[in-house]
Amino acid sequence: MGAILVLGATSDIAKATIHKLAAKGRDLVLAGRRMDEMEKMKRDLEIRYQVTIWIEPFDALDFDWHETFFTRCVEKAGKLDGLLLMYGTMADQKEAEQDFSVAKQMIDVNYSSAVSILNLAADYFEKRKAGFICGVSSVAGDKGRKSNYIYGSTKSALTTYLEGLRNRLHASNVHVMTIKPGIIDTKMTYGVVEPTPLMAPPETAANDIVKGLDRKKETVYTPWFWLFIMLIIKHLPEKWFKRTDL
Amino acid sequence: MGSYITKEIYAWGKYPKETCHVYRPEQPEEVKSILGSREQEHWIAYGLGRSYGDAPLNRGHGVIQTERLNHMLEFDADTGLLTCEAGVSLDEIIEVFLPRGYFLPVTPGTKYVTVGGAIANDIHGKNHHVDGCFSEFVHSFTLLTASGDVIRCSREENRDLFYATVGGIGLTGVILTATIQLIRVETAYMNVTYEKARNLDEALELFIQNDRNYKYSVAWIDCLAKGDSLGRSVLMRGNHAQKADLPHMIKDPLSFKQKQKWAVPFDFPSFTLNSYSVKAFNQVYYSSYQNSTKLVDMTSFFHPLDSIRDWNRLYGGNGFVQYQAVFPEDQRPEEGLRTLLTRLSDARVSSFLAVLKSSGPANEGLLSFPMKGYTLALDIPIKGPALFRFLRELDEIVLAHGGRVYLAKDSTLEPEVFQRMYPRWRDMVNLKKDIDPHGVFSSSMSRRLGLT
Ligand SMILES: Cc1cc2nc3c(=O)[nH]c(=O)nc-3n(C[C@H](O)[C@H](O)[C@H](O)COP(=O)(O)OP(=O)(O)OC[C@H]3O[C@@H](n4cnc5c(N)ncnc54)[C@H](O)[C@@H]3O)c2cc1C
Ligand SMILES: NC(=O)c1ccc[n+]([C@@H]2O[C@H](COP(=O)([O-])OP(=O)(O)OC[C@H]3O[C@@H](n4cnc5c(N)ncnc54)[C@H](OP(=O)(O)O)[C@@H]3O)[C@@H](O)[C@H]2O)c1
Repeated sequence: MGAILVLGATSDIAKATIHKLAAKGRDLVLAGRRMDEMEKMKRDLEIRYQVTIWIEPFDALDFDWHETFFTRCVEKAGKLDGLLLMYGTMADQKEAEQDFSVAKQMIDVNYSSAVSILNLAADYFEKRKAGFICGVSSVAGDKGRKSNYIYGSTKSALTTYLEGLRNRLHASNVHVMTIKPGIIDTKMTYGVVEPTPLMAPPETAANDIVKGLDRKKETVYTPWFWLFIMLIIKHLPEKWFKRTDL
Repeated sequence: MGSYITKEIYAWGKYPKETCHVYRPEQPEEVKSILGSREQEHWIAYGLGRSYGDAPLNRGHGVIQTERLNHMLEFDADTGLLTCEAGVSLDEIIEVFLPRGYFLPVTPGTKYVTVGGAIANDIHGKNHHVDGCFSEFVHSFTLLTASGDVIRCSREENRDLFYATVGGIGLTGVILTATIQLIRVETAYMNVTYEKARNLDEALELFIQNDRNYKYSVAWIDCLAKGDSLGRSVLMRGNHAQKADLPHMIKDPLSFKQKQKWAVPFDFPSFTLNSYSVKAFNQVYYSSYQNSTKLVDMTSFFHPLDSIRDWNRLYGGNGFVQYQAVFPEDQRPEEGLRTLLTRLSDARVSSFLAVLKSSGPANEGLLSFPMKGYTLALDIPIKGPALFRFLRELDEIVLAHGGRVYLAKDSTLEPEVFQRMYPRWRDMVNLKKDIDPHGVFSSSMSRRLGLT
């Protein structure tokens, strides 16, 4: 069995997912910006689950590094069975409206870098005619709202990219899955998003992701009820929606 | 940085409920920068909120939730020494290590407590009479203090700070990591002997006769029984089962099944538990036991209540208090217990599952609870202000017999009473002057008790 590469391993949704995968005996390559934290995660996971963990520095914005990085991950682990793209960033909407560099940062992290790294991964898995690519998008990409549309648009771009990739890799037996979380209780939302009963713990998202991989789902809303919330919101007439304050 | 949520929080008894500014760091370094921000004047750590009262609360001030500081850092399979962050729960430790033949050296009646909380309340388990408190198995810990320094504490290094922190209800700083000793076990099962005692005298007699034959010992006691039956109990005492004790159908002696979880979906109306329903329950419970010895899985023996999620909702939305007192051996504990039980059964203060246990010698923890004698713990739902007057009466009984009340369960003790129960409170105040002169670490409990 090969390893699973996790991009953005220090994200809270990633951490919860990593625990679930390691508990199933999967070896993992953790990639992210914070080496000291990943070093600690490695120790923790190796003690708890007796699996092998590798760690690699990865900054999504360091585009020139992506190719070397991906090769190194493959070399270290010997073989990759799948990739989870879990990093992302959400800046304040108002700031992103006023200061283009803030918007550009979101676009680069959430979308451009994903294209760069997933292009490489797609070739790798396509050649092997096996494996999976799972990307974390967002329900915010399903509908533009004035409170969050710049972030939302980076996520809908990612969703569309993954959709096309799924279509391309289907013939090569590679499973491509899009995750659309609703509101998850992570450091991205803590103290930022008003506490609401709709908020779910990262473990819920992790469970849904692992189940989705097992069942080879195309798109997974997590928690599940967001599918219905978004279904309704997407079908509201735009004439009316444009007046709302969501 | 600086992200926090202002909300009403509470511990297991749901009393009191207080509005606090809650921070949730994910890295020890983050705890340091949160404190450094000086966004709040006072801070206290909050583990999993399994203490009952206001120990982890800080009305109008900062609360540092530790549940996401939960990395395991080192484990030595030869010695059984585990180093982990303070937010690791005892539940996680069991899940990881029991299948490998290691178990907790001390466990309370729930496994949903953190290592940090276990140290800060210096918890005890059913083996206190032979093994002592959790701290006996703590080799060292690192403590983030008010000055921003991280200090290593053990019996050899910074001994004073070690014993101020053990049982120190979070007042010395935030415990970041700890090294604790796990014990070896052959199986995930216990050999348990059940014995009925018709009243308090019989129960104490059984404890005195042969408690040292059992590593674990506890008695369920009926607080509503009166007269000749006052203090009737079921003693449940046992030892770890060896491989040879298991029937052949148990293939993997260390595998343990997580019990199916039932959840209490909402706060019950507070009249559900009245003296009639509890009396009926206690009668059925007492009758259902026969004197016998059985093989029992560890979860059922140590953590029977954990299989019912949110069982504290049974007591209703007003919450409840748990009252736990210890009566020292050398001051006629049987009289103290009898007076207390008489007062309880007269008042018909309903409480099921009251627990009586023999405890071993006290340790050096400045505010550590246990001392050699007997401890009694009972739950009382809050139905009105009369309860608080009643508790003051109980305090007097406890004081009259040289005993004290467990801070992990407390939400109502008055400062003068506290000081008489814990004569070393002054050492704590003096130590605070040294290491925390501005009272950076202070909680609703410490202010109520006059410690900060
Ligand atoms: C069903 C049930 C059964 C129980 N049975 C027992 C029993 O048999 N024996 C027993 O002794 N206790 C028992 N308890 C009480 C419980 O074990 C203790 O209160 C324990 O300390 C709770 O741990 P926690 O992590 O939830 O801490 P919390 O309740 O969140 O906090 C408790 C105290 O620890 C401090 N604290 C927490 N983390 C840190 C840290 N990292 N650094 C510094 N201070 C910290 C807090 O400030 C607070 O003062 C029981 C509780 C329940 C709900
Ligand atoms: N939480 C929600 O409600 C929610 C809802 C919908 C979608 N999502 C998506 O879920 C994913 C995970 O987020 P989360 O909720 O788990 O939040 P999180 O814990 O804040 O994780 C975000 C992660 O992205 C990483 N990251 C940011 N910029 C990076 C860069 N340039 N290079 C490499 N890594 C970078 C961060 O790394 P550092 O640790 O180095 O900072 C961080 O670990 C994100 O894509 C997010 O958009 C979340």
